[in-house]
Parts: sequence; structure tokens; C-alpha cells
Amino acid sequence: MRIGVFICHCGSNIAGTVDCPSVAATALTYPDVVFSTDTMYACSEPGQDAIIQAVKEKNLDGVVVASCTPRMHEQTFRRAVERAGLNRYMFEMANIREHVSWIGKTKDLNTNKAAELVRMAVEKLRRNRPLFAKRFETVKRVLVIGGGVAGIQAALDCADGGQEVVLVEREQSIGGKMAKLDKTFPTVDCSSCVLGPKMVDIAQHPNITLYTCSEVESVGGYVGNFQVTIRKKATYVDWSKCTGCGLCVEKCPSRKHPDTFNEGLCTAPSINIPFPQAIPKKAAINAASCIMLTKGKCGVCAKVCPVKCIDFEQKDELVTVDVGAVVVATGYDLFDWHKYPQYGEGRYKDVITSMQYERLLSASGPTGGHIKRPSDGKEPKNVVFIQCVGSRDRSVNRPYCSGFCCMYTAKQAILTKDHVPDSQSFVFYMDIRSPGKMYDEFTRRAMEEYGAQYVRGRVSMIYPQDDKLIVRGADTLAGTQVEVPADLVVLAVGAESARGAVQLGEKLRVAPDQYGFFVESHPKLKPVETNTAGVFLAGACQGPKDIPASVGQGSAAASKVLGLLSKKELESDPAVSRVNPGRCVGCGKCVQTCPFGAIKMIEDRFGNPKAEVIDTVCQGCGICTVTCPQGAIQLEHFTDNQILAEVNALCPPKMFANFE
Amino acid sequence: MQIFDLAAADHAFIAEVQARSHQDIKTCYQCGNCTAGCPYTFAYDYSVSQIMRLIQTGQKDAVLKSRSIWLCGSCQSCTTRCPNNIDVALIMDVCRHMAREAGYATERAVKVFADSFLNSVSRYGRAFELGLMTEYMARSGRIFTDVDLAPSALMRNKLPFKPHRIQGRDQVARIFERFRKGGAHA
Repeated sequence: MRIGVFICHCGSNIAGTVDCPSVAATALTYPDVVFSTDTMYACSEPGQDAIIQAVKEKNLDGVVVASCTPRMHEQTFRRAVERAGLNRYMFEMANIREHVSWIGKTKDLNTNKAAELVRMAVEKLRRNRPLFAKRFETVKRVLVIGGGVAGIQAALDCADGGQEVVLVEREQSIGGKMAKLDKTFPTVDCSSCVLGPKMVDIAQHPNITLYTCSEVESVGGYVGNFQVTIRKKATYVDWSKCTGCGLCVEKCPSRKHPDTFNEGLCTAPSINIPFPQAIPKKAAINAASCIMLTKGKCGVCAKVCPVKCIDFEQKDELVTVDVGAVVVATGYDLFDWHKYPQYGEGRYKDVITSMQYERLLSASGPTGGHIKRPSDGKEPKNVVFIQCVGSRDRSVNRPYCSGFCCMYTAKQAILTKDHVPDSQSFVFYMDIRSPGKMYDEFTRRAMEEYGAQYVRGRVSMIYPQDDKLIVRGADTLAGTQVEVPADLVVLAVGAESARGAVQLGEKLRVAPDQYGFFVESHPKLKPVETNTAGVFLAGACQGPKDIPASVGQGSAAASKVLGLLSKKELESDPAVSRVNPGRCVGCGKCVQTCPFGAIKMIEDRFGNPKAEVIDTVCQGCGICTVTCPQGAIQLEHFTDNQILAEVNALCPPKMFANFE
Repeated sequence: MQIFDLAAADHAFIAEVQARSHQDIKTCYQCGNCTAGCPYTFAYDYSVSQIMRLIQTGQKDAVLKSRSIWLCGSCQSCTTRCPNNIDVALIMDVCRHMAREAGYATERAVKVFADSFLNSVSRYGRAFELGLMTEYMARSGRIFTDVDLAPSALMRNKLPFKPHRIQGRDQVARIFERFRKGGAHA
């Protein structure tokens, strides 16, 4: 075999603490290495050309590049090697940047380690063999999980691109958090006026199938061929007949449970349509509070329904769909502020969340758009906004900035002045974070045009006095303590990962970070991809995001889906497990251990049971290879012999062990 | 107002405060929650968050000469509210110790009271109120402080003329002995 070795300087990233020419010289002494050189940037165009040229001139049949992590450029170099006429698997990469130059300071130790890593790569490459990808067809259908603004955008873009879309939403209506908002920053345009038409488009698009009151039960398969089971929860209303007339909602005698759409500010009937623009506009029964379903008598809704669509016997239904790609757009939830003793832990009715305030401002909210404080219905004059409630706070394990609270607080301060002209807003903030087009101008407007008093500091206690709440905080710019007698206190609660996100992540094999937000494939260059092929992220499920960013990500995820499904066939990674039928005893342990269901039992021509790997399902994790008691199943490109060769390169075996 | 030279930060001072308090001063992001909750802010020359800021910028003299570190009542409101889990009250304590060691006592009466109290405890094993009062008055010159409380305290037998002695007085004395030998920070 004729191997060529290329040692990359990566500018000064590697060459700063590794003697690259010396590593190249050492590599020439390794077996089968016939050519070795160092290069400034192996990944650059001249760098790749030099590799191709060397392969042709020196007649190489294998290449080792010692540079950065394979996660960064393995594909780049595999393609270069392929352009040179070799099989793309006749290439090995030694990571001498992340594993050497960035972590060690001593140059000769680093140089030594780099040379050893190159030696391991050479020993492995000597045992590589050409591998060829298999091709398989994809299902031209997309699953979008979550019907908030990000999911809506992704679904519409995919549907407009000609793909069939299945949109699954946990709540009764799509719209997500945005549907609850009154106005949006920085334009102060009506939230439901901009979102509403998009929601209608979802309902009317011929390519979109919408499942609300539904959750993803299980996900199987792989990129291009996922099998998804969706649980349609019982609504006790036959939606094929329901016209959304709302007669049942009017007549329902059970009206005591908190209205979740209105953030618990009022109560809702047990059969309800959450808001006027709901899509689909169908009624659903809350089984926990419905008198008929809990006590077995009532049935008023069934009596008044003109189309007789009430069905108290309805059960959950499971639907199975095949899809080629999945977009996760499960959004976020709001931080539970009751953890803070300083804000009263819920003892004071007039301490509310920003989302509750949003419902008070909204014309479709419980007060018809008039700001009335919950305790006595009076119009508040002094309104205190407290920012960073559950953001940037290590003591409650939320050290991150939620990003949008500064902006929506400025919006709410502006709207407060619009609704109650003789009111005064006070905003307690730590820093104002308003990077975005027209964002900082917007916060300035809140102060300059609308007279919001911004106070730089936090609030340490709220206590009642007469019918006021005394808010005591700090003004760190004045260097002292301040007090405001407030009529209403609005907490700018931060974002946290959506309830159930981690469990959904397990089904989709998408990892959550330590706060439950899904991890993207690369923070800058692959912001909507995940490490599971065919599963994409959109919106706040990846991290707190405002509406423009969520919409942008929805479209970005859709473009990734369309790119993926526009290919007629996909290539499977040939680095999969392979069974040696001569060694296999048919014990079936690999079948039990495979997390992807990629191994099945077959019978050979003598009727003996044997294991067989389904190439397109196998993810190449290698669990089966360590489980097999016979060593009959091997992971291509990572065989036992290849890995042992690497180990031996690092720790040369002693021929004669001395145990004295 | 005093102008601070940021380039002349006393890094040894920052390190000492951190080492003696086991707190990381850098984690303070100046939100002001300590100042917001502090019941003594009205009497301070520097608010608690300003003391934290002065420590961050290494302004040793300003911190050790401040009145605030002597007026702090160690009520722990600042510690309770800190979003970064900094024990701010402990840092105030440490600064007070360091000020005392450096020979500062900006609020002299506070130092005199603490000294009188400790003298009383070291002598009798517990506070002897009348003796403590007498020593404090004599050394501080504040003869009429709280004198209006004396009659009712006397009536309730809260100001006995003879000290109560406790069991294990020698053990308390040994604590003071250990401190004088220099085991204060051990």
C-alpha cells in the first residue's frame, strides 16, 4: 500500500504549539508511508489540490490528513480523495488541533503526541478497504411537530414546496404563544391579524393534514423513512360534523375550571373553543371538569348541538404515518415565578405574568382589552414591570438570557400608556438587550415618547399596603434604594423548555441541553439541523427566540427538508455492521441489543438461524459488535482489527511478558 | 466625588477578600438586589452593591474606610436575594475584619460596642449587661444612649448588678486564648 500523509498548520492554530515539519518527517518512517508533507491550510482549495496532485503523482492509494476534528472537515477531505480517483473510505483523519494543539502548551510533547496520532491513523488506514454506499428512496412527506408560528411557517413553506405535510399540535388550536399576544414589537401591529391568515392557510392548504389535540406517540425508522404514530386525544366531539357554532359553549353549565388560553385569568366552560380565530374552529370537552364525564349526568351540550356531534364515548385514536423528514417546533414554556419569595409566591392577586398582562391588553381577552387589575377590577395607574424573572439567574438554574423580555416589556409599557393615558410605568431592568432591526429605537420610544420610567436594578420585595403593592428595589445608577406604590406588578417571566420536550427528544433521538432545549448540529453553521439525520429544529425549542427569528428558522428548516426530499434517492452510510454468516450461531443477542431495530433473523439455505443487518436502518453505533459472543458481527470501517491496530500503534505489544 | 484609578486596582486585596470569604467576586453582575433588600441602605455611605463593585475594582482604601461595612447588621437579606448565590453578608464581615486589622474603625462606636461585648464574654463566659453598658459608655463617651430604657429594664430585672457566671467559663476563655495566639482565620 502507498500512503500519503499531510500535516496541516491550520495557520498558527496547530503550528503554534506543534512542530508540523517534524511530524511530517517522522510520519515518513511509518510502514507504507511513501509521501509526507506539511501544508498551511489543508482544507483550502490549494491545500485540497495538493492532496489530489500528490495522489496522482505519487500513485497513492490512501491518504492521512492530520488537522482538525473529523466533525469539521472529514467530508471535505473524503470528497477531495474521491476527486483524486480513490474510494472515499481510503482516507483517515488525525485530530491534532482539538486533541493536541489547543489543549497542550508544551511544544515537544505536543509534537510527539501529534506524531503518535498520525501513526494510529496510518495503522488504521492500512486495514481500510473501499466501501460503497447503498441508495434508497425517501417518503415525500414531512411531519411538523408543534403548531406555533415556527411550525406554521415550516409547514406552509414545505407545503408550498410541493411536499405533503402532517402538522401535529398538542393544544386544541394551532397558533401557539403568538396567538395569545395582543400586539407584537417593534411595529405594535396586532398579533392575531398577522398570524390569523397564516393559520387559515394551514387549514385550507391542500398539502397539509392537521392533527390538533394530538401528540407524537412514537417514532421509528431513519432519514427518508420514518414511521410516526400520532395519538389523537379524545375531544368527545365529532369534528367531522362540528361547525364551531358555539351553542354548546354558551349553554355548558360547568364553567369553573381555569381558562388556560387566558392564562388562568378567568374560567372557561368545560366544552370550549379557546379563542375566536381558533384553527380548527371546533369545540372540545375538558374531561377533567365536564359534569357528564365526571359524574355521568348533564349532557346539555349534546341536547343543544344542532348537528349532534357530541360523543361522550369517544376514545383516543392512534394514527400511523410514514414521513421522510421531521421538523420539531415545540416552542417554549414560561418560567414558574412562584419560586421567587420576593414577589409574593402568588399571595398577591395583582402580581401577574407578562403573558397574563398580554391577555388583559387583548381585545379578545377576559376584560375585552380594558386593563383591569385582577383583585378589584380597578384600572391601574402605577404599573411596575420587573424584568429578568427566571432569566440570568443562577440561583434558580436559569443563567441564560431569554432574549425577548426586554422588548415585550417595552411594548407593554407603551401599550399601558395607550390604554390608560394617565398611567405611569416603571420598568426594573438589569441591562436592556435590544439587538435587532428597530429594536433599540423601540425601547427608546418607550422611555422618550411614552414616558416609561426605567430603573436600573432588581426588586427585592413586594408587600401590600392599603390597596397598593409597595415594590422595593434598587436604583443602582442612583446608588440607592427606591420604592414604588404600585397598582399592578407585571413580571417579565423568562422562557424555559417546553413541557415534555425531553421525552419527545428521546423518541426522536434529539439531545436536549441541560435546560431542555434541543441541541443543534452546529451552533453557527448548522443551526436547524440535529445530529439525527432528517430531523430539523425550528423556533424556540432550540433556545429562546422572538417571532422574527422563529419564523426565519421555520423557513430555514423547511428549506432543509425540501433540499433533502428533492433528491430522488438518498445514500446510506456504508459504515454499518456486517455479519459473518460462517461465525454467526444465530443466538439473536444482536437483535435484542440493537437500539434501531436494524438486525433481523433469517435462515440460511440449510435452515440455520442467522442474523442479518438492514443496511439502511443501521446507524453504525457498534453495540452489536461488542454484544456478539462469537465476534461474528463487525462494524465496517471500524472493525476489531482496525481498532486493535490503532491501539497497538499507540502501545506496541511486548513480545515477551515478564511476570517476575 | 472621589475619582478612582481603575488601573491602580489592588489585586492582592481582591484575592484576599475572595480567599477569606470563599466567594467569587467576579460573579457579581451588579443587579442591585442586595441594595434593594438591605434595611441599612439609608445609613450607608456606599450601598452594598457599590461595596461589591469597589471590591471588584480593587479599591481597598475606599472599602476599608467605608462606614457601610461597620453598619452592616449581618441580617443576610443580601445573601438571600443574590441571584448569583454570593454570600454578600459574609463579604461584608470579611471586609470589617480586614478594616479592623488595618487599623480602621470608621464607625468607632460600633467597634467599641463589639470590643466591650467581647471583653464581657471573655471575662464572664457570657454578656454582663451592666458591665458591658458601663464599658461602652466610658469608652465611647455616649453616656445617654438608650438611657430611657434603663428604668423598665431594671424593673424587669434585665440589668442585674452582679454578673451571672456560667459553667464552662474556662472553655470560653480558651476560645479567646486560641484567638489571641493567632488562630483567627485557621
